[in-house]
Amino acid sequence: MLEVKNLHANINGKEILKGINLEIKAGEVHAIMGPNGSGKSTLASVIAGKEEFEVTEGSVVLNGEDLSDFAPEKRAHKGVFLSFQYPIEIPGVTVTNFIKTAINETRKAKGLEELPAKEMLHLIREKADLLEIDRKFLSRSLNEGFSGGEKKRNEIFQMAMLEPQLAILDETDSGLDIDALKVVATGVNKLKNEKNAVLLITHYQRLLDYIIPDFVHVLYNGKIVKSGGKELAYELEEKGYDWLK
Amino acid sequence: MELKEKLVSSFLAFENKGNIDLDSTVHAIRLEAIQNFEKDGFPTKRDEEWKYTNLNPLLKHDFSLFPSAEKSVGFKNIKDYLINDIDSYTLIFVDGEFNSFLSETTHDECDVCVLSSALARPKYKMVIDNYLNTIANKNISLSELNTAFVKEGAFINIPKNTIVPKPIQIINFSTGSEKEVLLQPRNLIVVGENSHVQIIERHQNLSKNTTLTNSVTEIFVHKRAIIDYYKIQNDTDESSLIDSTFISQKQQSVASVNTFSFGGKMTRNNLEFYQEGEHINSNLNGITILNNKQHVDNHTLVDHKFPNCESHELYKGIYADKSVGVFNGKVIVRQAAQKTNAFQQNNSILIDDGAAINSKPQLEIFADDVKCSHGCTIGQLDESALFYMQSRGIPKQEAKALLLYAFGNDVVEKIKIPQLKTLISKFIAKKLNVQLGFEL
Repeated sequence: MLEVKNLHANINGKEILKGINLEIKAGEVHAIMGPNGSGKSTLASVIAGKEEFEVTEGSVVLNGEDLSDFAPEKRAHKGVFLSFQYPIEIPGVTVTNFIKTAINETRKAKGLEELPAKEMLHLIREKADLLEIDRKFLSRSLNEGFSGGEKKRNEIFQMAMLEPQLAILDETDSGLDIDALKVVATGVNKLKNEKNAVLLITHYQRLLDYIIPDFVHVLYNGKIVKSGGKELAYELEEKGYDWLK
Repeated sequence: MELKEKLVSSFLAFENKGNIDLDSTVHAIRLEAIQNFEKDGFPTKRDEEWKYTNLNPLLKHDFSLFPSAEKSVGFKNIKDYLINDIDSYTLIFVDGEFNSFLSETTHDECDVCVLSSALARPKYKMVIDNYLNTIANKNISLSELNTAFVKEGAFINIPKNTIVPKPIQIINFSTGSEKEVLLQPRNLIVVGENSHVQIIERHQNLSKNTTLTNSVTEIFVHKRAIIDYYKIQNDTDESSLIDSTFISQKQQSVASVNTFSFGGKMTRNNLEFYQEGEHINSNLNGITILNNKQHVDNHTLVDHKFPNCESHELYKGIYADKSVGVFNGKVIVRQAAQKTNAFQQNNSILIDDGAAINSKPQLEIFADDVKCSHGCTIGQLDESALFYMQSRGIPKQEAKALLLYAFGNDVVEKIKIPQLKTLISKFIAKKLNVQLGFEL
């Protein structure tokens, strides 16, 4: 589904990604781990198309289509979803209105009619229930004054609404207490199927107790230095990253 | 002849023409005002209060001072500028003259009528003597100019304990019957104790000709009375407006003025609140959205004279192309005004490199036990917010428009008339060139 080939990326002339190779097939869960500053979030942002980063070499291919020249919204329309490490507060736009706009813009890009209001409402309620989100929460301004946990839960709620092919969860576990983590993980697991894939970006192994990865990759200094099965995560938790340098 | 000379020299003719019924107080007020105007003249950029707004190019026009009203204006010409889906009283002025055919006035529970008749009728002599030109700031020469030619405008007199059942729309049209027109409407509004009124004011040019409107409104809000005042400034590119509004509030009254500036060539708002009692609440809200070479200058003043009062001021601006905004918000807290809560906020977004905003908060605080805050931000659209929205499939243009729309939304939320709220939302969406699939 996703092929990242020899990906190099700069920000302000400084090279952050130094040749990443990664292949993710439908139905798989991959985890990327690594110390601070290794380039984990950059990789997530580059796949999602953040313009601040300059791709100097290599490519990101989704279902055989090179995404390199696509704006972030077009990548989203093609099925890429990025759950932000720090979701942005947007005062004045409610959660409901935001997700309505996102859904309908995506449908428009696919040549579909807007989703009728009744169906939209039904869908919103269904997905909100899945993530144990209070209805009142949906009429609040997007992320404004949300706790860390509420923000992350809201990210997964949006993911549930948009049903992406490839979901990239950037540090979704940070800022979550154990109960919230369980809710979020349960949500992700329920949404997981044979046709989609998940890329987890995380610092700690904790999240991987709840969302079991098929593959774990260690990112260090802009390169994947080791790949393995889920047991690699435990090894990292025990030994830290130093032994890989 | 320069405009100033033309105005001064036409004053005598104006005074002698058809105004013989007028009470002598009115003549005295006019005479004093023309003398003040003759002394001070039009403000220039050397004047601190006019540093960022240049009137000069506008004053070069050969304005017709007393345009003859175009008689052929009918409902079909004006209906687009009225809020039609609400029941309201309407005061329609065409080229400075009251149009009774298009208006709906009342004298039943309250007086919603015109100043010219109030000036001439003995019944209203007390009201005129007590209120006319008593709070208009004599240091504003343009206000003095308006006073010198005071003749016509809205006269709204609400007795005590009266809830005016429907909003009042005041609309001043110009028709272009003369090429370049100077209009000087004058509104006098008195809200009695415990009374409540909602007013919507608008100026609209129906032609392609140049119009300059120099409007003055005096508002008196008595004990525990409430007034919600809305100014819609969405005129054509040929139209300029100088609006001076003065509000005097008695104890426990609440006055809110909401200014929506989306159109016109040049707009200057002088908005002054004077608190004359305790436990008063004054609210000043504004949204300015400009493009091309539009210019809007908001000058506000809140004068806290008594203890335990509040003022809340929130002005937001979005400036595109080569448009220019000015915000000058002055808050005075006098020594006696202990326990004052005064809040002021001015947030601006500059969309294009050629756009500019001059923002100047001015707080003069002489009391020591007060809460006063002011915040002023000038910025561009938040790139990280744009990326966030794009990553959810919202195209960049839509994301921008949505962010801008949301930026102004907390001011729109303060509109208490639902139909007006819808109208303002539409104006904003149109101005930002966005189709929203929902009501914010």
